[in-house]
Amino acid sequence: MSNQPLLELLQRESIQQRCESVYETFGMLTLTVSKENLLALCRLLKHDSALQFNFLSDICGVDHYPQTPRFETVYHLYSIPFKYRLRIKCRLELDESPPSVVPVWQTANWHEREAYDMYGIVFVGHPDLRRIYMWEGYDGYPMRKDYPLRGYADHYNPFGEARSQGAEGA
Amino acid sequence: MTDINLLGTNEAGQKLTKELLLNLGPQHPSTHGVLRVMLELDGEEIRGVDTVIGYLHRGTEKLAENFTYTQIIPLTDRLDYLCAPSNNLAYVLAVERLLEIKAPERAQYIRVMMAEMARISGHLLISGALPLDLGAMTTLLYVMREREMIMDLMEMITGARMHTSFCRVGGVREDLPDGFEPRCREFCHVMKQRVDDYERLITENRIFLKRTRDIGKISGEQAIDWGLSGPCLRASGVSWDMRRDNPYEIYDRLSFEVIVRENGDCYDRWKCRMDEMRESVKLIEQCLDQMPQGPVAVAMPDIAFPLNKITVKSSMEAMIHHFEVSAYGFPVPKGEAYVSIEAPKGELGFYIISDGSPKPLRMKVRAPSFVNLQALAVLARGCYLADVIAIIGSLDPVIAEVDK
Repeated sequence: MSNQPLLELLQRESIQQRCESVYETFGMLTLTVSKENLLALCRLLKHDSALQFNFLSDICGVDHYPQTPRFETVYHLYSIPFKYRLRIKCRLELDESPPSVVPVWQTANWHEREAYDMYGIVFVGHPDLRRIYMWEGYDGYPMRKDYPLRGYADHYNPFGEARSQGAEGA
Repeated sequence: MTDINLLGTNEAGQKLTKELLLNLGPQHPSTHGVLRVMLELDGEEIRGVDTVIGYLHRGTEKLAENFTYTQIIPLTDRLDYLCAPSNNLAYVLAVERLLEIKAPERAQYIRVMMAEMARISGHLLISGALPLDLGAMTTLLYVMREREMIMDLMEMITGARMHTSFCRVGGVREDLPDGFEPRCREFCHVMKQRVDDYERLITENRIFLKRTRDIGKISGEQAIDWGLSGPCLRASGVSWDMRRDNPYEIYDRLSFEVIVRENGDCYDRWKCRMDEMRESVKLIEQCLDQMPQGPVAVAMPDIAFPLNKITVKSSMEAMIHHFEVSAYGFPVPKGEAYVSIEAPKGELGFYIISDGSPKPLRMKVRAPSFVNLQALAVLARGCYLADVIAIIGSLDPVIAEVDK
């Protein structure tokens, strides 16, 4: 399906002033947005009568280590009435926190918990930000690029790597 | 004898009660795996649900970042292990999007046919397991019989029963074996009658109806908000099926009906799967009818392994090349792609970011069971304790996929 109709809708003033750029890559339109505008843009995309992005497929955390800004959250949206697909990307520094989109889509709850658990991205305004896969008290964020594949050596994991002094894992 | 009146009585003489926290699982046969649910109970009524997952977390996504693109295919088998061909298909489609190639037509038909067989296999298991959870054991024994036929067909094609790993980037591993078509048609013929048998056994069973009708209801709007997809969403009256709405592979050439039901309760989610099995049988038959002859993998030696290894075994250069492709993989152009398909459980998506090397920078699995299970908290609130079992069963979570 051609992305042209969607592209025209996204080039309207109300959306353009909230996002940084719009481009198409491998058949999917992508919006980049700053974390300040993220929540407002999501609300707009969901409630705009010509777009109606009512279905949030996925939220994905990405670690671009050693690039800066280091982290990225990627949102994949779908509009069930119009069959559009759209990706939103938001770059973040190590200590930056994006807003939670749970107020817009309830389903974001577990996706954001997963991104927090795996990358340590803190979503501001999340109703229940706990680890989801790893247990409470787990040290470090396993999907970060500087976290070793075999984990760190401890009592339960003799095959892990030794923790070096000053390693930024926790 | 324990004192059942521990909290005493109030001034009016009524017994005092308090809320109870009950732990269901992680070792419990009706949670379909290692799922733990903390239930806040007021008497028998559910006041709050906390779903605890992660007992089966294997770090598929972290592993994928350290594997070549071909090595990841077996990892995807182990997500929803009941429907391995669907997982393979979603993954290779994402890689093919990045490489900007398309599998030959025959390979596409084989993939779709296997994905539909996997759908029947997955739906069969849940249509036996849900009645089992509610006390009707017979159905499970019958569905296992038909599932065995699918297993045999899978074994005939791939040599494996569950972890098939048959899709390859740019095609499938090899062509269908001789004598496959008549056996597959025989299965389709048998299956059509057997679905009617299950329906006679369960669909109008009074106990089953009482346990599932109007239990765990969710409206279409709420279901979308919670991200439900697949049969769980269609049972709530939302007509969305990616095979029809965003057709991939050769689905646009096949005719089938998208099953939509209105109520959004446990019964409708179950019935939706029953009817989908009939449609899948039709799809398999259409695939067999339309399947053209031809190659089953792209003719790109940098990506696809050669089908016959005669040259590999007789020519030095071909052997070195074969070794390199299998050991080091192939580079995939820089970029990112998200491809999702209509898997038996719902929208199964793969998001791959490539940095131009033979290993992905990031692979994210949008697992339908993970998202569907999240809705347990809203579905179970206000229900009775026994209903939770029916609701978990009707959501059809595969914990291996939930935990990734």
